[in-house]
Amino acid sequence: MLEGLLFIIMGLITIVCALCVVFQKNPIYSAIFLIQTMVSLAVLYVLLHAQFIAAIQVMVYAGAIMVLFVFVIMLLDLSKTDVEAGRDNLLFQKPSAVILGFILVVMIGIVTLKTVFQGTKGEYTPESISQIGNTQLVGKMLFTKYVFPFEIASILLFAAIIGAIVLAKKQIIEDKKV
Amino acid sequence: MPYFFGCSYLDLIGYVLLFPLAGTIINGLLGKKLSKFVVGIIGCTAIGISFILSFFVFIDLLKLDPEHRVFEIDYFTWIGSGSFEAIAGLQVDPLSVVMILVVTGVGFLIHVYSIGYMHDDDGFYRYFTYLNLFTFSMLLLVLANNFLLMFIGWEGVGLCSYLLIGFWFEKKSASTAGMKAFIVNRVGDFGFILAIMLIFVTFKTIDFTEVFHAAPEHLQMGSFVAIMITLLLFVGAVGKSAQIPLYTWLPDAMEGPTPVSALIHAATMVTAGVYMVVRCNVLYTLAPFSLTVVAVIGGVTALFAATIGLAQNDIKRVLAYSTVSQIGYMFLACGVGAYITGIFHLVTHAFFKALLFLGSGSVIHGLGGEQDMRKMGGLKKYMPTTYTTFLIGTLAIAGIPPFAGFFSKDEVLLDAFSKGSLFLWALGAFAALLTAFYMFRLLFMTFYGKSNMSKHVEEHVHESPMSILIPLLVLALLSILGGFIGFPTASAINSFLAPVIGGGHHGMIDGGDLHHVSNSLMFSMMGISTGIAVAGILLAYLMYVKQPDLPAKLVGKFKLIYTIIYNKYYVDEIYDATIVKPTVKTSFILWKIVDVKIIDGFVNAIARIVELKGEVLKLFQTGYVRNYALSILLGGVIIIVCSLVLL
Amino acid sequence: MILFTWYLILSGVLFSIGAVGVLIRRNAIVIFMCIELMLNSVNLAFVTFSRQLNSMDGQIFVFFIMTVAAAEAAVGLAIIIAIYRNKATVNVDDINLMKW
Repeated sequence: MLEGLLFIIMGLITIVCALCVVFQKNPIYSAIFLIQTMVSLAVLYVLLHAQFIAAIQVMVYAGAIMVLFVFVIMLLDLSKTDVEAGRDNLLFQKPSAVILGFILVVMIGIVTLKTVFQGTKGEYTPESISQIGNTQLVGKMLFTKYVFPFEIASILLFAAIIGAIVLAKKQIIEDKKV
Repeated sequence: MPYFFGCSYLDLIGYVLLFPLAGTIINGLLGKKLSKFVVGIIGCTAIGISFILSFFVFIDLLKLDPEHRVFEIDYFTWIGSGSFEAIAGLQVDPLSVVMILVVTGVGFLIHVYSIGYMHDDDGFYRYFTYLNLFTFSMLLLVLANNFLLMFIGWEGVGLCSYLLIGFWFEKKSASTAGMKAFIVNRVGDFGFILAIMLIFVTFKTIDFTEVFHAAPEHLQMGSFVAIMITLLLFVGAVGKSAQIPLYTWLPDAMEGPTPVSALIHAATMVTAGVYMVVRCNVLYTLAPFSLTVVAVIGGVTALFAATIGLAQNDIKRVLAYSTVSQIGYMFLACGVGAYITGIFHLVTHAFFKALLFLGSGSVIHGLGGEQDMRKMGGLKKYMPTTYTTFLIGTLAIAGIPPFAGFFSKDEVLLDAFSKGSLFLWALGAFAALLTAFYMFRLLFMTFYGKSNMSKHVEEHVHESPMSILIPLLVLALLSILGGFIGFPTASAINSFLAPVIGGGHHGMIDGGDLHHVSNSLMFSMMGISTGIAVAGILLAYLMYVKQPDLPAKLVGKFKLIYTIIYNKYYVDEIYDATIVKPTVKTSFILWKIVDVKIIDGFVNAIARIVELKGEVLKLFQTGYVRNYALSILLGGVIIIVCSLVLL
Repeated sequence: MILFTWYLILSGVLFSIGAVGVLIRRNAIVIFMCIELMLNSVNLAFVTFSRQLNSMDGQIFVFFIMTVAAAEAAVGLAIIIAIYRNKATVNVDDINLMKW
C-alpha cells in the first residue's frame, strides 16, 4: 500500500518535471527539471528493488551527464538569448506533435493494459536479491555473461572521448593553420 | 623432324591460330609505342611461324593413310545449352590443310610486302594488327570443325575486311566503301545464319563430321530441306565471294591499301565462299537443283564481271572485276560437281591474283599513288622486275601454258563441258577470251607504249624496294609452277583432296570420275582454251599496241554498249534506286515520325510524369530536422496502431 | 501485479513527452535533453520488466544504455559546440542544409 502511494507521488512528480523540461523557455531551467526527473526515477528504481541502478542513475545521469549539459549551456551562454523567440516556421508542427504524442500515450496504454505478461520467470526474486546484494549480482553478470558487451562498451566510450575531443578541438586546429 | 617433343605436329594445330592472334594482341596493344621496324617484324614472324607449322602439319598429314586423313581436336565446349552444343574444336583434313597453306603462305608474302608498301603510313601498327587479325580469323574459318565456329571466322574476316577497306578512313570514299562491303556482306551472312539454324534443326548438331555423316541418310536426294540448306549457304557464299547479285562491294573495296586487296579481296577471304561450298559438298550433292544454281551464277558472274573489266581504267578495279570473274569460275566448277577443280583454281588464283595485285601495288607505289591506267604507259623500262613478274601473272590468268592459270582454268572448262553443259562451257570460254583481252589491255596500257605520265610523276618513277620485289618474285615462281600440282588431271591434288569429297566414304563424285574423260577430248579442250587465250591476247595487242587509235574508234561506233559497260551496267545505280533509296526513305519516315514522335514522345512523357511527381514530392523535403522526426514518430504510431488492429 | 502495468504506462507517458519535446522545441540542447528523457523512460521500462520477470538482465541493459547515453551526450554536445562555432546558433531550423 505504501509502495503504491509512493509510486503515485513519484510518478506525478516525474511527469510534471518532464513536462516542465519540454515547456520551459530557458534551457537552464529545462536542465534543472531534467535532473529532478532523473532523481525521482531513481526513487522508482529503488521501489523496484534495483538499488545499484538507482545509485548510478543519480551519479552518472543526474551528476555527470547533466553537469555536462549545464556546462555547455553556460559555455555557449544560451540562457540570455532566447533561440526560439522568432515565429515557428512550421505552423502545424506543434499541434500535430502534441496530437501524435497523445495518440502514442493512448496506444501504449492500451497495449500495456491489454497485454498479459507471461515471460519465463528468472531465479532472482526480490528476496534472493536482497540476500546476495543487488550490486554484487550486477557485477557478477557484467563480468560473466555480459563480459563481451562490457568490453565493447569500453571501446565505445573510448571512441566517444576521441570523437568529442576532435569535434570540440577542430576550431583550434584550424586557427593554428591560419 | 616432323615430330616435335614426341608429339605429332597435328597436335600443334592450335598454335597455327595462336601466333597470328598473339601478333594481333601485341601489335594492337603495344604497337603505338613500338617502332615500325619491330611492328613489321612481329607481324611477319607471327604469320611466318604459322606457315612453317602449317607446312609440318601438311607433312604429318601426308604420312597418314589417305582414307584416314582427318584429325580433329576439341579444346572446350564453347556453348552448351540444352541439346545445342558448340565445341571450340579444329579439324585438319586435306581441304583445310590446302587452305591454311595458301592463307599463311600468301599471307606471309603479303605481310613482307606490306612492310615496304606501308612504310610511310601513320597507321602502320594498326595495319599490321588488322592484317594479323584477318589471318587469325581466316585460319579459324578454314580450321573450324563446326558451322558456328566457322561462322565466327567468317564474321571475323568480314570485320577485318571492313576495317582494312576503310583503313584510310579520313577519305570519305574509303569509309563509305567499308560500310558498303559490311552491309552487303550482312545480306549474305543472314543467309548463312539461317542455314546454320536449319542445319541444327535438321540434324540436331552443327559438327561437320556428324552432319556430313548423317546427311545421306537424313536427307532425300533433292529434298526441299536439302535445297533450302544449300541455297541459304550459297547466299552466304555469294555475299562473301562477291557473286551476282552481291558482287558490288568488291570493286569498291579497292579503296583499301593494295596489299589488302591482294590478300583479302583476291587471294583468301573472297574465296571463303568457295571453300564453304566445297566443305559442304556432301549437302550440295544431295541437292542437284542448288548445284545448278551455283553453276549458273558462277558462269554468269564470270562472264558478266569480265565484260565490265573491259572498260575500266582504274588498274585495281580491272583486277577487282577479274577477281569476281575468276571466283565465278570456281563456283562454276563446284556447280558441275568438280569440287576439287574449284579448289585447284582457288589455289592457283591465289598465287597469280596476289601477284597481279602486288604488281599493281608496286606500280602505284612507284608512281606515287596514281591508279588511272590512262596516265601510265611505258613503265617497262622504269620497273623491269615488276614488269617481268606482272607479265608472268598476266600470262597465268590468261591461261597460257605452262603457267598456273592454264591448268586450273582448262580443267574448269573441261569439267563444265563434260559434266555440265555446252551453255556453261560457252559462258566460261567466252569469259576466258575476255579475260585474256582485258588483262593484256591492262598490261599494254601500263607497261607499253609511250608514257602518259605527268612531268612531275615521271621524274619520280622508280623501281620498288626489295621487300616489295621479293614477294613478287616468289609469287611469280609459284604462278609458273603452281599449276603442276594439278597436272595431269586426277593427279596429286586430286588424290590428296579426294577423301574430303563426298565425306570420304560414299561415292567418288569427282576424282575418279575424271578418268572417263577421253584423252582426245582433254587435249582438244586444252588446245581450244589455249587458242581462246591467244586470240584474246592478240586482239589486245592489235588494239592497244599496233593501232592505239582503234579503241577510240570502236567506242565511237558502239557508244551505247560502251557507256553501259563503262558504267558497270548501272548495277550500283539500280541497287541505289530500288533498294538503298527506298530503305533510306523508309528509315527517314521511321526516324522522324515513329522514333522521334511516337517512341521518344512516349519515353519523354514517362520522364515528364516522373519529373512532375518529383516536383510535388520535393515539397516534403523541407530541410527541417523536426519535420523528419515528426515523420518518424508518425510512422511509429502507425505501426503500433496497425499491430493493435491486426493482431 | 497491476502495479507493474502502471510503471510501464508511466514509462510510455515519459517517452511520449520526450518525443513531443523533440518535435516542438527548436533549441538543439533542449532537444538533446528530451532525448535523454526518452532514454530514461526506456530504462524505467527495462527495470520494470527485470523486476517482473525476476531477472537481472534488464538492469544490465540499463547499465549499457547509460553508457551509450554518456557517450552520446559527450559527442552530441561536442557537435552542438562545433555547429555553434560555425553558425553562431543552436536553432535546428537554421541548420537546414538538406533543403531542396
